Amino acid sequence: MNDSVVDPKDVEHVAELARVDLSAAERERFTGQFEEILSYFEALDEVPELETDPELTNVLRADEVRESLDQEEALANAPDSEDGYFKGPPVS
Amino acid sequence: MTYNAYITKEQITGSSEGPLAGKTVAVKDNISTDGVQTTCGSAMLEGYIPPYDATVVERLKAAGATIPGKTNMDEFGMGTTTETSAFGAVENPAAEGHVPGGSSGGSAAVVAAGDADLALGTDTGGSIRCPAAFCGVVGIKPTYGLVSRYGLIAYANSLEQIGPIAPTVEAAAELLEVIAGPDERDATTQDATVHGTEYDFAAAADGDIEGFDIGVPIELVEGADDGVAEQFWAAIDELETMGASYHEVELPSVEHAVQAYYVIAMGEASSNLARFDGVGYGQSGGYEGNWNDTFARSREAGFGEEVKRRILLGTYALSAGYQDKYYRKAQDARAWVKRDFDEALAEADVLASPTMPVSPFERGESLDDPLKMYLADANTTPVNLANLPAISVPAGETDDGLPVGIQFVGPAFGEETIIRAGSALA
Repeated sequence: MNDSVVDPKDVEHVAELARVDLSAAERERFTGQFEEILSYFEALDEVPELETDPELTNVLRADEVRESLDQEEALANAPDSEDGYFKGPPVS
Repeated sequence: MTYNAYITKEQITGSSEGPLAGKTVAVKDNISTDGVQTTCGSAMLEGYIPPYDATVVERLKAAGATIPGKTNMDEFGMGTTTETSAFGAVENPAAEGHVPGGSSGGSAAVVAAGDADLALGTDTGGSIRCPAAFCGVVGIKPTYGLVSRYGLIAYANSLEQIGPIAPTVEAAAELLEVIAGPDERDATTQDATVHGTEYDFAAAADGDIEGFDIGVPIELVEGADDGVAEQFWAAIDELETMGASYHEVELPSVEHAVQAYYVIAMGEASSNLARFDGVGYGQSGGYEGNWNDTFARSREAGFGEEVKRRILLGTYALSAGYQDKYYRKAQDARAWVKRDFDEALAEADVLASPTMPVSPFERGESLDDPLKMYLADANTTPVNLANLPAISVPAGETDDGLPVGIQFVGPAFGEETIIRAGSALA
């Protein structure tokens, strides 16, 4: 046995971290599927560590005021807004 | 016959002149179009109207293209069959009763059916090349950084590129010329001229492969179904008669490519899709309660099952205690794949393999078995991990009449080379 055995509580926990509610049927299905998929990912253990030199370069630009969406455009797709602000659910 | 290939049919007219004047170019529904609904195939974004154009859409319009609508896709690009769309599955016009491949299945289907001259897709782990192969058309996944991703609604930023789907290699190359080039709004784009290419992609479609040396990664052929491998070798034979030669190469790292791809893509997806909380845009569901509960319920209602699966697995792979085990090892595997490809390409002009190891699934066949669907990406995902360009070109049909595609992979910014190789066949 390896240590990746998944139980429904693990699925519930990650779902909570990811802010996604699941139906009981989904939780059940995901438990079996995650077990299978994560065991497949286990083979990554065999991958050697490599000295890598990432090809990254900084891309900079002057910090200047430029044209952007106006407030009305930015709010146009919001399900709810008030006085020019996004309106979300209560924070507690 | 309708293939359910469009989510929104609304015409966008470009400028009256330009290289694409008189041409229709369908656009995948994860690419933002100013004033025209863009859903990513998700109920979460039903009714979302972008307030700006993606850079590629601006370039299409300036080149004179007419956009006939937005094409159907696997939800947020997550699928290999275009069956996970909230707006229904797409059928394959080239193989009825079968899937068109995914996730850009709608884009490949409209080109295969002749409903649009050309189309744009996006490729994160094969999402242009797979549907091109399954629908019997041509698709190009550009080098990472050749085409701007500004306005592309992100799934896995470090892997994805926008690219063309067309009936011929030359037509795909012409469309690539229009959309390629640096963009100050996407800092990951590069000027290809620095890498020795002049963006003369269409001119490279001359079919002249005299003296070409083709490397065949043996692992990617051995994993293919017999009917697919047969067509692949027939295509290699044909290329040999035109003056090319081939040798076998070994890429031991590719055994880990699908694992590495899914860990990285799911990890990036879990972060990218956190923005869909029903406040700034998208469906809120209007639930009562505190924000964590409300967000979780909006996301339960707005996302389909494959999207939830990938968000959760990505969250798991990045969570405390598992990051070293999964995510860091996946990054090591990515570097290994890249090194393997670079070494093989130092000894060959292009690498060739079947695009997909299997022929198109029957509709519904893989939906209950996510791992089976993931494993079908064995030949396409290594290319995204290595940031390289690749083209899928039709290579005949299996005995059952199902389309087969051959894939050519080239060095970074070697689009002209893969276009030349592909143009010898289509």
